[in-house]
Amino acid sequence: MAAIEVTGLKKSYDDVVAVDGVDIVIETGEVFALLGPNGAGKTTTVEILEGHRSADGGRISVLGFDPSTGGRAYREQIGIVLQEGAVERELSIREALSIYGGMYPRQLDPDHLIDMVGLDEKADARIKTLSGGQQRRLELALGLVGDPDLLFLDEPTTGFDPSARRQAWGILENLTSLGKTILLTTHYMDEAQHLADRIAVIDHGKIVAEGTPETLGGRADGKSVIRFGLPPGVAAEDLPVDAVMMDGDLVEVSAESATRALHDLTTWAIGRDLELERLQVTRPSLEDVYLELTAEP
Amino acid sequence: MRRPSVASLVWQQFRYQNKVFWRTPIAAFFTIVFPLMLLVLFTAIFGNDEIEGLGITTAQYFTPGLAVFAAVSATYTNLAIGTAIARDNGILKRIRGTPIPPWAYIAGRVASSVYLAFLAMALMMTAGVVFYGVQIIARTLPAALLTFVVGVSCFAALGMLVAAISPNGDAAPAITNATLLPVAFISNIFFPIEDPPRWMEIAGNFFPLKAFAEAFRDAFDPTLTGPQFHWPQIGYLALWGVVASLLAIRFFRWEPSSGSMSRGRRRRAEEVSELV
Repeated sequence: MAAIEVTGLKKSYDDVVAVDGVDIVIETGEVFALLGPNGAGKTTTVEILEGHRSADGGRISVLGFDPSTGGRAYREQIGIVLQEGAVERELSIREALSIYGGMYPRQLDPDHLIDMVGLDEKADARIKTLSGGQQRRLELALGLVGDPDLLFLDEPTTGFDPSARRQAWGILENLTSLGKTILLTTHYMDEAQHLADRIAVIDHGKIVAEGTPETLGGRADGKSVIRFGLPPGVAAEDLPVDAVMMDGDLVEVSAESATRALHDLTTWAIGRDLELERLQVTRPSLEDVYLELTAEP
Repeated sequence: MRRPSVASLVWQQFRYQNKVFWRTPIAAFFTIVFPLMLLVLFTAIFGNDEIEGLGITTAQYFTPGLAVFAAVSATYTNLAIGTAIARDNGILKRIRGTPIPPWAYIAGRVASSVYLAFLAMALMMTAGVVFYGVQIIARTLPAALLTFVVGVSCFAALGMLVAAISPNGDAAPAITNATLLPVAFISNIFFPIEDPPRWMEIAGNFFPLKAFAEAFRDAFDPTLTGPQFHWPQIGYLALWGVVASLLAIRFFRWEPSSGSMSRGRRRRAEEVSELV
């Protein structure tokens, strides 16, 4: 059974359409990233699945529950890492984990969690003394304290510096090895690529592309781009392949088959004893695909 | 794999709300210490002789009134501010994402404030008895207790109502201070106003604090006879409590309103959630 099955999800605020017919299926044990720019409908979608908001339309099944009516039994099986959640600032990390853990039938040992998110030295410190990054790690520990089957991560590393992000990714990778189903939202492409088994790109409330990090947006069967400096005394029309002049003396060749185009080009160049300076072959990056998918029309 | 009982969840919330209270010095000061300071101050200013026309000492008059004031501060003020700030910080939203039934969380908060109200009242009465010769009358203790229970319940409900309607955590202290202090003056908490203007008397009689203070104070008045159950006042407090509870449930929100989130998150909608 899929962990999450959503069809035709719709939600509007007054006359602003936030989510406009979203379909998502997430298998048990899968790490699924919902990727999109700010305001695309990511948080609304996730908050509906968490049971924080009600949907205007669509069919939703999460772990076999309707989140809006699942109540206690549903919430015992999920963990939520809020974008900006807070805990009572006067409590210590250990106290907070034991209080929140006490709400669940299965609870993970606070010390184990503290160790896992690397807060050992702060275990008995008041939460108000933690840095922003430490609070986010506590947040992650609180999301896990009930040993959930499904974890929601809403923009887990927004506002982190690059080294803190790497560290957080390390923690999250450990989670994926525990076999938990994870739905994460992010507007960082590299985060989705790094952590997720599957990615859906959401924009203006609609899923505009879905796939693995390798195949998203037709990346696997997209054209390769060959670039090189045009040798002196040669015009672009003289080349054995269709080429476009770029800035300076650079030419760009867009090829269905990079192997064949390169063969034609290099045979031609060697025959004339020419050097193809700065020769480079690239495939569209996930970033290129993402920017194209979410470009303003 | 046993699901914790609801009673244990309420108990756990109760305990840690108390913990948070004692670790917030400003709340502990205004609830516990400040009313005691007023008692010391009033008896120093007015002396502890018999008040003319009342036939009881200054302390005998003020101590029950200030006990009520401390109890109202523990329930009304602290619940309103604490709950509104918890909502601003996203704590209430977090709670909604956990298995604890929402009403069990609220019950823990309210129970903690009621417990602290009892503590503040007991401290005040003890200080009155020990230092200022205040008399406790066994015959009227049942009336005092009943009045107190109904009174603090009423003000706890009002505190939750203020939390419900406060747009953010900054508004809650403004609302509680702007309401409690003037009403305390016209309810004869600080000193009895002789021949108040008609409007002041009407206003004083309208708000529930005067009913609470009078009914509680009369249970400590040695010149009176009988069990001192002030049923009209107790009924009036209950009415205020019920209306405030219904309105609080109707307007309670678990999510911070747009703009009151730190770092200004985009929030198009404030969803009105049900309390239960």
